[in-house]
Amino acid sequence: MDIGLFTIIIFDGLNYAATLFLISIGLTLVYGVLRILNISHGGIYGLGAYMATWLTILLLNKGLPPYLSYFMLLVGAVIIGLITGPSIERLCLRRIYGSDIHIQLLMTFSILLILEDAMKLIWGVEPWFMSEPYILLGQFSVGQIVYPRYTFLLIGVSASFGVFLVWLVRGTRFGKLVVSVIQDREVSVAMGINVGLIYTVAFTMGALSAALGGAFIAPTISVAPGFAAEVVVMSFAVIAIGGLGNLEGAVLGSLIVGLARALAIHTFPELELAVIYLIMLLVLAFLPQGLFGAVEERRI
Amino acid sequence: MRPNLRVLSILSALLILVPLVVPSWVVFILTKALFTFIAVLGVALFLRGGQVTFGHALFFATGTYTVGFSVKWFGFRETLLLVPMGALTGLIMAAFVGLIMARYRGVFFAMLNLAFSMILYAILLKLYWVTGGTDGISVGTATFLGFPLPAGTYPFYYFTLVIAGLITYVVYRFLASPLGYFFRAIADNEIRIEYSGESVRRVIYLTYILAGGLGGVSGVLGAFSVGHVVPEDAYWVQSAHFVFIALLGGFEGILGSLMGAVAFEFIQTYSSKYFPYAWQLTLGGIMLFIILFRPGGLWAIYESLASRFSSKTEGSTHG
Repeated sequence: MDIGLFTIIIFDGLNYAATLFLISIGLTLVYGVLRILNISHGGIYGLGAYMATWLTILLLNKGLPPYLSYFMLLVGAVIIGLITGPSIERLCLRRIYGSDIHIQLLMTFSILLILEDAMKLIWGVEPWFMSEPYILLGQFSVGQIVYPRYTFLLIGVSASFGVFLVWLVRGTRFGKLVVSVIQDREVSVAMGINVGLIYTVAFTMGALSAALGGAFIAPTISVAPGFAAEVVVMSFAVIAIGGLGNLEGAVLGSLIVGLARALAIHTFPELELAVIYLIMLLVLAFLPQGLFGAVEERRI
Repeated sequence: MRPNLRVLSILSALLILVPLVVPSWVVFILTKALFTFIAVLGVALFLRGGQVTFGHALFFATGTYTVGFSVKWFGFRETLLLVPMGALTGLIMAAFVGLIMARYRGVFFAMLNLAFSMILYAILLKLYWVTGGTDGISVGTATFLGFPLPAGTYPFYYFTLVIAGLITYVVYRFLASPLGYFFRAIADNEIRIEYSGESVRRVIYLTYILAGGLGGVSGVLGAFSVGHVVPEDAYWVQSAHFVFIALLGGFEGILGSLMGAVAFEFIQTYSSKYFPYAWQLTLGGIMLFIILFRPGGLWAIYESLASRFSSKTEGSTHG
């Protein structure tokens, strides 16, 4: 492999890893706190992408300075996160805590179906393009390789959101409450912790992560319906490799999956998805709890 | 599980007689419902053990592409041989994938199935020189012992009905076997299964293989009924339809899946007529409603009605 291709794979890999991390950290946080795999995560991602694109186009059409578009991406993500998060948690998930796993999976799956069509009904089925934030930052070159600077922004947003979540869980009073709710829900209620509120906030953080992922990847792709399932499957691979519910595991998981995907796309594009699952299966075959997951006792 | 003979006889009488009096588009819809029912039986089997699969289209597509390649390479359309062939390819596919899947439950089982079906979808899409890519493969008209068996006609319908009847019997036998009871017990208590001297992995593996075979049979009939095989046969939306039907019908009784499949086809027909852009929204909405308010699906509604009307003659019809 020549050095040029190698550099491209590394950059592409980091690019994918940053996006994947931004999305999966929310999925793993929700699983960690609520013990529910939120399949509708992919739908929230899609909504985030559409909202951000729509707001930015609105802004550009008004003739406002294009540098504000970064702010609009953020605003779009926050709007979607704050609408979908609490409403899904309060209206649907709240009724099925403690139900069988298959009921929880089916419920979040049906929410995914609803969100998929909600996107089409609001923004139509034609793809949307909005690449200003991507183009504005220009490009840089390493050797003969020219690469967009937007990648750094993506990595920056992803890393700061990750640090923010880790700080929230590890460094604040809220985080301590979350940990106690994870440890023992009933005792937490008895101690006067508002468990319902903790769940809502944790789920909203998860939704925000998906929406941010969608919003900041939107300038680099054409936003069209139909990718929600792929997103949730990929981020599941990430968090399964890292260990379900483990925040640090998501970092390593997304790096592994991101680099593997870049390698596959540049060498065997047909195998793109297959490679990711091969890695995931290999990891799970030897470490069923993922790389960082705690060993779970068997259900009796 | 005891076959509910009364429902069985009413339903078979309806399925045999109704097509004779309804317009031909309904015959086509009922054919679709029947072959979908066969695949849904597999999904419902898993649900009885508390496992969800979001990737059962993997086996459906295995069946459809068995027909696709048979037509493309050999020009062979004999349903009498292709139906067992579809069962076989489905079984083989499941025997391989099941080696991995038998290790997992719950979230992992659901997501890995989804992953495998998406890998197959990607392969069917990208290896276009073999599979025809998005264009798929046109399979033409099926034959039965050399005689043409055009889709949407009575002969094809009754052929599908006979196959569906045979499959229903096989699944009844399976559910009545120790293996069937053990699979059901996975939802309740896995460790007790092993105390009883049965390996949980073996139970899941064998059930998985059976479900794979059902998917293959369904795919063969589906391919000839639609006349065309496309990568979308393996897409997650197809799997979503199977899961939806299993849930709508209710997975406690086998015939629930049949009710679900028939209801689904009519919902799809009318929904695409009146809300063409909100098809998945309709599905998702109905699913949410069932999960929240009617977890047993149509089958449970039937059972509560039946027990209300005949509580004097017999007790609960639970299997």
